[in-house]
Amino acid sequence: MSSAEIYKEIILDYYRHPRNYGKLEKTDGSARETNPLCGDDVEIQFSVADGKFGEIRYSGKGCAISQASTSMLTELAKGKQVEWVKELSKEDVFKMLGNPELGPARVKCALLGMKALKVAAYGYLGSKFEENNGSDS
Amino acid sequence: MLKSEALNVEKVRADFPILNRKVHGKRLVYLDNAATTQKPNVVIDTLVDYYSRYNANAHRSVHTLGEEATAAFEGARKTVSRFVGASSPEELIFVKGTTDATNLVRFAWAEKNVKRGDTIVTTLMEHHSNIVPWQLVAKKKGAEVKYVGLNKDGTLKMDEFEDAIRESPALVAVTQCSNVLGTINDVARICRLAHEAGAVSLVDGAQSAPHMPVDISKLGTDFFAFSAHKMMGPTGIGALYGRKSLLEGMDPFEGGGDMIKEVHTSGATWNDLPYKFEAGTSNIAGAIGFGSAANYLSEIGMDKVRRHEVELLEYALENLSKVKGMTIYGPEDADQRGGVLSFNLSDVHPHDLATILDERGIAIRSGHHCAQPLMEWLEVPATSRASFYVYNSFDDVDSLKEGLEKANEMFGA
Repeated sequence: MSSAEIYKEIILDYYRHPRNYGKLEKTDGSARETNPLCGDDVEIQFSVADGKFGEIRYSGKGCAISQASTSMLTELAKGKQVEWVKELSKEDVFKMLGNPELGPARVKCALLGMKALKVAAYGYLGSKFEENNGSDS
Repeated sequence: MLKSEALNVEKVRADFPILNRKVHGKRLVYLDNAATTQKPNVVIDTLVDYYSRYNANAHRSVHTLGEEATAAFEGARKTVSRFVGASSPEELIFVKGTTDATNLVRFAWAEKNVKRGDTIVTTLMEHHSNIVPWQLVAKKKGAEVKYVGLNKDGTLKMDEFEDAIRESPALVAVTQCSNVLGTINDVARICRLAHEAGAVSLVDGAQSAPHMPVDISKLGTDFFAFSAHKMMGPTGIGALYGRKSLLEGMDPFEGGGDMIKEVHTSGATWNDLPYKFEAGTSNIAGAIGFGSAANYLSEIGMDKVRRHEVELLEYALENLSKVKGMTIYGPEDADQRGGVLSFNLSDVHPHDLATILDERGIAIRSGHHCAQPLMEWLEVPATSRASFYVYNSFDDVDSLKEGLEKANEMFGA
């Protein structure tokens, strides 16, 4: 494994020029995830229109791998059905990053954004479900 | 090639089999010694010898193996207590490591003696193992933890410390050497001031005992905690020195075998020091390996270990500061710091840097180093850290410098 292989141009490009970085004023879903080992920290926020991801932003700080993968995920998710996150797998994330050979310690960095996106999207889907089916409380 | 004036590094390196290892096809440059250190053959052989020749439980069995194991275990206690200048081996309790040692003080001393409204004084440069136990005591007892702040260069604000001890704290718990900044604190003075204010003192020696001469009798501390694995010994073993008069007044916090004198259905009486605090079968092999490591270091001479690290530090501070985008934390004067160098390199995250360096065979630490209050003070989420030991060479520093330049190139700085 060489670091040149891990730090593919695409990762460095997204790290240097983050896409969809920032915060939304009104959100339908959001989640923050941290990786205490490295201090990686990402928050994903989104709005929903017609069951699809509308505006989507991320903020936070951390290593190139965590920040680039989160940024790329926001681009990948935009315009897709929120339900799509159910099918999103870690293999999809690795593929998106260009299949870098990551050791176990760095895999967590790569998947941090996916975790945040899933938590945020499931939170949204859960609240929709309660709205449609009524809540006991 | 530059040569150390303090000692023959090549000769020392030959004692460490792991240094022959290749990592990603490159020579291993091990610069993560503040996390754990490598082991010389003599320590490894001591463990093999114990398990293959006289493995038995200590303090129990009267057969030959049992007697040999007991003699080696108690011999190690003498060696380690001499190594740090304890006045008697009975003041040296074998524990799992520094964290276990501070927690022993937490349960067996602090929970009994810290009262509602008391203060516990510590500093912003402590490892979590010298913060969290006191936070837990404070919460349970209704006491308060006070943190002495730092000057810009990473030294302790002694005026703040003096203010803090005016409130007659119950406990003053300070590190002798910061695991991030490398700052060496004048713990002899701190302990003297603490005692004048009526406080009990604890010194975290995890980063000092392995790297510089330590003489507890001169430091005047009540407790001193350190780990074997950071000084060439095995993992899972460390020691707590405790002043005899304090240890005698403390109850054991773990009950079981070996810590009792007599047990009846109506109750039990406690064993003598230090066994009162060593319930259950000890890490016998670990302790014997600990003693072997202390002997190895004493043979080199702790003065030489320290001098060699100061040479490396001076060389590293001078050369690494020339790398574009470098921010080095801690005191600028190598004489005032241990062999620990924390830094950040432009906008390269420490974890990315550690991965890039690993590919070149260079092991450094990246992260918060179990010192998050200090990271907050530095206003960084993480740092990279290179930490030296007696087997590191000037070549190792050169390799690190090349690696940093390579990272700069990759990240376009």
